[in-house]
Amino acid sequence: MADAGMLRFHVPEPEVRPGGTPDFSNVTIPKAGSVPRPQIDVDPRSIRDMAFSIIRVLNRAGEAVGPWAGLLTDEELLEGLRHMMTLRTFDARMQMAQRQGKTSFYMQHLGEEAVSCAFRKALKPGDMNFPTYRQAGLLIADGYPMVTMMNQIYSNEADPLKGRQLPIMYSSKEHGFFSISGNLATQYIQAVGWAMASAISNDSKIAAAWIGDGSTAESDFHSALVFASTYKAPVILNVVNNQWAISTFQGIARGGSGTFAARGLGFGIPSLRVDGNDYLAVHAVAKWAAERARANLGPTLVEYVTYRAGAHSSSDDPSAYRPKAESDAWPLGDPVIRLKNHLIHQGVWSEDRHTQAEAEILETVIAAQKEAESHGTLHAGGKPSTRDMFEGVYAEMPPHLRRQRQQAGV
Amino acid sequence: MIEAIRDAMDVSMARDERVIVYGEDVGFFGGVFRCTQGLQAKYGKNRCFDAPISESGIVGSAIGMAAYGLKPCVEVQFADYVYPAYDQIVSEAARLRYRSNGDFTCPIVVRMPTGGGIFGGQTHSQSPEALFTHVSGLKVIVPSNPHDAKGLLIAAIEDPDPVIFLEPKRLYNGPFDGHHDRPVTPWSKHRLGEVADGHYTIPLGKAAIRRPGAAVTVLAYGTMVYVAQAAAEETGIDAEIIDLRTLLPLDLDAIVASVKKTGRCVVVHEATLTSGFGAELVALVQENCFYHLEAPVARVAGWDTPYPHAQEWDYFPGPARVGRALVETMEA
Repeated sequence: MADAGMLRFHVPEPEVRPGGTPDFSNVTIPKAGSVPRPQIDVDPRSIRDMAFSIIRVLNRAGEAVGPWAGLLTDEELLEGLRHMMTLRTFDARMQMAQRQGKTSFYMQHLGEEAVSCAFRKALKPGDMNFPTYRQAGLLIADGYPMVTMMNQIYSNEADPLKGRQLPIMYSSKEHGFFSISGNLATQYIQAVGWAMASAISNDSKIAAAWIGDGSTAESDFHSALVFASTYKAPVILNVVNNQWAISTFQGIARGGSGTFAARGLGFGIPSLRVDGNDYLAVHAVAKWAAERARANLGPTLVEYVTYRAGAHSSSDDPSAYRPKAESDAWPLGDPVIRLKNHLIHQGVWSEDRHTQAEAEILETVIAAQKEAESHGTLHAGGKPSTRDMFEGVYAEMPPHLRRQRQQAGV
Repeated sequence: MIEAIRDAMDVSMARDERVIVYGEDVGFFGGVFRCTQGLQAKYGKNRCFDAPISESGIVGSAIGMAAYGLKPCVEVQFADYVYPAYDQIVSEAARLRYRSNGDFTCPIVVRMPTGGGIFGGQTHSQSPEALFTHVSGLKVIVPSNPHDAKGLLIAAIEDPDPVIFLEPKRLYNGPFDGHHDRPVTPWSKHRLGEVADGHYTIPLGKAAIRRPGAAVTVLAYGTMVYVAQAAAEETGIDAEIIDLRTLLPLDLDAIVASVKKTGRCVVVHEATLTSGFGAELVALVQENCFYHLEAPVARVAGWDTPYPHAQEWDYFPGPARVGRALVETMEA
């Protein structure tokens, strides 16, 4: 019975803090293959329960099971495994480069590689992602040169962004990767606008919006859902729930809604949850959402349930706010190991070949790193010119910037 | 001026199918000030439509559309309501070209009625131009008459970068000079109320001399152009009144040439005084014309209070206050 009288203020807390024993027993994990795959023109009202379940394809035995399985060939999955391994190795090298002082900042994807790598394969050329800072797999899986990424990270003389942007805030229109802002959630409504423009232009391209669990609290997330819902924009609204927004557990942004996918229900947007550490499930759900968008059925909201196994960024130390062993206890496992086990189960991969691939990938990444470093690193070697600093603020430099450039002596 | 603004969008939409117009009440109804009346009927709902009441959504989606390749010209119903979109304008629109090294650009126009004089209280009267002139990557326009409004708006829509287009709402129906107790002169009786048909542009970054004079330079824009003219006539001071038209980029050459000629300068704006755009103007005049100045540069502006309701005409920098500043500057 509710007691009248003194009001109490409520601040949610995670289950466990440092020193405690990690416990995910409250996370309900449905069996792989148990969630049905509806037709893309399904009435959103009839699949509201999908916002509270988790679509999974890979089971513990490494088998791909259920209605969401079977979309990718073994060859495509081997390629996907290579993308995830490349991203992980790339991250490790760049994280180390940051520690060595070769750049100011880095953000890794450890544990979340499947989300962006598998998603990219569900899109077509010309589609546009509006990513956050933790979707570099979109670039890796699309064949964007690692050297160019590193040049950007090092802000060196070959940096395509001329040293103007923080490391990892890539931009590539050619690869369907919108310029990363660094501000949170702003890109979400921009993705919806891009999709609206595609529909206005009677085009066939679709957009993908990306956001993390914490940033769904921003008003831009909610305005994006209103616009997407109102105009039935051809957009996939991705929420990557990696459990942690720097030190803040996802319950602070989620509040009482149960899941982040459930945010979409009030807007009448079909809202699905998927195992973000399951390459096949991520790809299958992304494909479903992309087909809906292309068929003029409007937006789909997808929550990827995953876990940020690494630190938020090179400036963060998670041991201050969560148990060290928490990532080992995460019930959805490691996306690389899970796909590896599946491919071994399929008879197209082995532990030996995996070890060999790791060595090959490391060699490729190191070669790219050497090439990038020949163009300089943040504090050594070639760098963008001071003159470049004044360029590109406007299409044409206005008089006041010309005067300031003269004052700067460049 | 409403017709001129509508005509600018009409001309632009007819010439370029990438031009899209939307905002709150903008579609079927044609805007609360009727600036978009008839555009939906003429160009269809694909190109002119109603938006949810979400300024960050309106501007944020426009940025995405511009990245796609369209040219959105969106309306924020009152400048007082632009703040939810401020992050999108400052952190996104203004910097997209720079941060992506031209990979993505943001050719959008954000139109909004600005300024007071309509008993709109603190939520329908503000002049936030300085919040935008402080942002690198934006262009900021304040037209003062129908002829300019049309040419500047077409130029803004055709501009490759984001433009903030502030429409002094007290000028929508005539050249208001601050004498609120007198009948309004309609634009039909004013020379600059004549608007040519079809397409023409007025280049951004160019000021206009509204009243040539030799005694003192008045730097003004929007409604204050007419207030300054009234003040000059009533005091009999031979002021040279410069209508800046574009605040960013600013026509510094026109300012410097005039102040060097007159040796005196009064800066007038409706926005609050402290850290207002007038502070930038005074600094530039001081830096560029110091040895030509015969008197301190004066500022006349809105008081540093929220825009009041009942005390509107005590707040509004009318011809009496501007006139006093002219006299004091001449006597200094």
